[in-house]
Amino acid sequence: MGGATKRWRVRSEAGRMLFIGIYLLFVLIPLYWMFITSIKPSDDYLAVPPVWFPSQPTLVHYNAALFAYRGLTGLMNSIVVSLSATALSAFFGTLMAYSFARFNTGGRHLSFWVLSQRFLPPIAVVLPIFLIYRTFGLHDTRFGLIIAYTVFTLPVSVWMMFAYFRQMPKSMEDAALVDGCTRWQAFWQVAVPLAAPGIVAAAVFAFIACWTEFFFALILTSRYAFTLPTVFRAFLGFQGAQYGEASALAIASLVPSIALGVLAQRHLVRGLTLGAVRG
Amino acid sequence: MARVKISGLHKHFGAVPAVRGVDLDIADGEFTVLVGPSGCGKSTLLRTIAGLEEVSEGTIEIGGDVVNDMRPRDRDIAMVFQDYALYPHMTVERNIGFGLKARKLPPPEVAKRVKRAAEMLGITAFLPRYPRQLSGGQRQRVAIGRAIVRNPRLFLFDEPLSNLDAQLRDGMRAEIKRLHQEIGTTMIYVTHDQIEAMTLADRIVLMRDGVVEQQGAPLELFERPATRFVAGFLGSPQMSFLPGRLLNGAGELRLTLGDGSLVLPLPQAKKLGGAADGQNVLLGLRPEHMTRAHGEPGQGVVRYDATIELVQPTGSRSYATFRLAGQPVIAELQAHDVGRPGEKLAIDINLQRASIFDAGTERTL
Repeated sequence: MGGATKRWRVRSEAGRMLFIGIYLLFVLIPLYWMFITSIKPSDDYLAVPPVWFPSQPTLVHYNAALFAYRGLTGLMNSIVVSLSATALSAFFGTLMAYSFARFNTGGRHLSFWVLSQRFLPPIAVVLPIFLIYRTFGLHDTRFGLIIAYTVFTLPVSVWMMFAYFRQMPKSMEDAALVDGCTRWQAFWQVAVPLAAPGIVAAAVFAFIACWTEFFFALILTSRYAFTLPTVFRAFLGFQGAQYGEASALAIASLVPSIALGVLAQRHLVRGLTLGAVRG
Repeated sequence: MARVKISGLHKHFGAVPAVRGVDLDIADGEFTVLVGPSGCGKSTLLRTIAGLEEVSEGTIEIGGDVVNDMRPRDRDIAMVFQDYALYPHMTVERNIGFGLKARKLPPPEVAKRVKRAAEMLGITAFLPRYPRQLSGGQRQRVAIGRAIVRNPRLFLFDEPLSNLDAQLRDGMRAEIKRLHQEIGTTMIYVTHDQIEAMTLADRIVLMRDGVVEQQGAPLELFERPATRFVAGFLGSPQMSFLPGRLLNGAGELRLTLGDGSLVLPLPQAKKLGGAADGQNVLLGLRPEHMTRAHGEPGQGVVRYDATIELVQPTGSRSYATFRLAGQPVIAELQAHDVGRPGEKLAIDINLQRASIFDAGTERTL
């Protein structure tokens, strides 16, 4: 009996490892291939048999992607625009969601109206926005893009945090009010720290949406405020596909994403363990 | 220290009334318990006193000031919540000192007062910990510490013990009572537990459907309930209610129960205001109004030969169920007075202490 159980355990453990191994290959091979392509000489891109490791690695694609194609400018623009829009979206989203959840502001309709802003396909509004931006001098500015991204990410941020605030017990804020806080202090010192996991989750969603956004960036920017996704467009030119440059820029663009992911994950986990104070 | 005066208080949520015209006058230093079944408005009443709910109508005075439009922080009160409501992102020390810091006390003073409160409650060792590292009882102590550290003029407790297990609850109940004796501040305590209400209160305010059903000292409510509801709510096991009819003839007051086969003479001392002959009534008997017959029955005591149907021993006492005029009645007897179901036993019923209610209005006669 004991032997059988043990054998079964070993087998299931082996199965688990096998599954994880296959999945790792599935995830890592494309990443590896991208990295290898970014340091390969151009002749090796599509060589048969495939070159698994180039004999003469080169950084020339990085140089071209970041400087000649102005990938670095795009990267900086993307970071500034995405972080600013995320911060604004999280800030206003938290305020709005708190107001909906605790004071039932605008009844049932206002909160739904906020969400309904997302029902409109972006392509339906991009032309008027383009004209408005051109009139007000916001076209091809980071500021203009930040405004647009804040507005587009806000509905989802509000609804994610609305749900979070609604399930959060009110009694801790009540305690803070009785303890001597004003509403504003109770919000900042008690409600916001407790809602941190929800705020971070909403912010991560907003950041991803901004970071990968292509369409608005394409229409609303041209020579100065362009973002990373629009740079990739240049690699598919009439000269053919620039695999090396595209891979190099993709690798470069992974760095901030991974940094943010690690940061957010730590915060999310910390936030989750802060929960469960009842009972 | 403060007197609390509530006049004509109404609170409704939209069209739903929660409190419907409550008047209370709580003396300085009094321990008042608001008790009643869930949904009776007791918690809402407490929250309006705290300022966490707005008053729809009426006034609340604390220490002579009308506080209707005052923010909770300006009312100089402290509140302990059912779910403790500790701030999970702060250590115990910061939890207790939070209110003092919010009121801009200098840090050394905060530290001193936190230390003193922690010593008083025996939680000094937990000061650097987070609430999630504490047990339920320890958390409740921290919540009480957070309340007493500010030295407010009024304490509010919202079912503070209902999340604790029975054993801890007994201990904490005693501690809250001791705390009140030590600091002597006015306290208002909400519970649905009649034992908590009886043991803690200087005065019980029993609520039902948003109004005060009866208020007074615990024993007064227990022994002289104004209505059947009060009589049934207080006491465990519950008072037994038997429908019957008053016979008021030949200068003698009697009570027939059931189909009229059982006639009980009511003691002279029982003054029944406005009781009419033939009036339908309810006889209310508490388990402790009955004993096993010993010697001659005294004044106002009726002896009845009962057949025991059910015995529930609790250790020191046993609850014996028998039928009186067809209705089940529970008597609290000495543990050794009753053996097993089916036993025949002479029971003395003390009608001096029994309650008699009008069957229609359910008010005490």
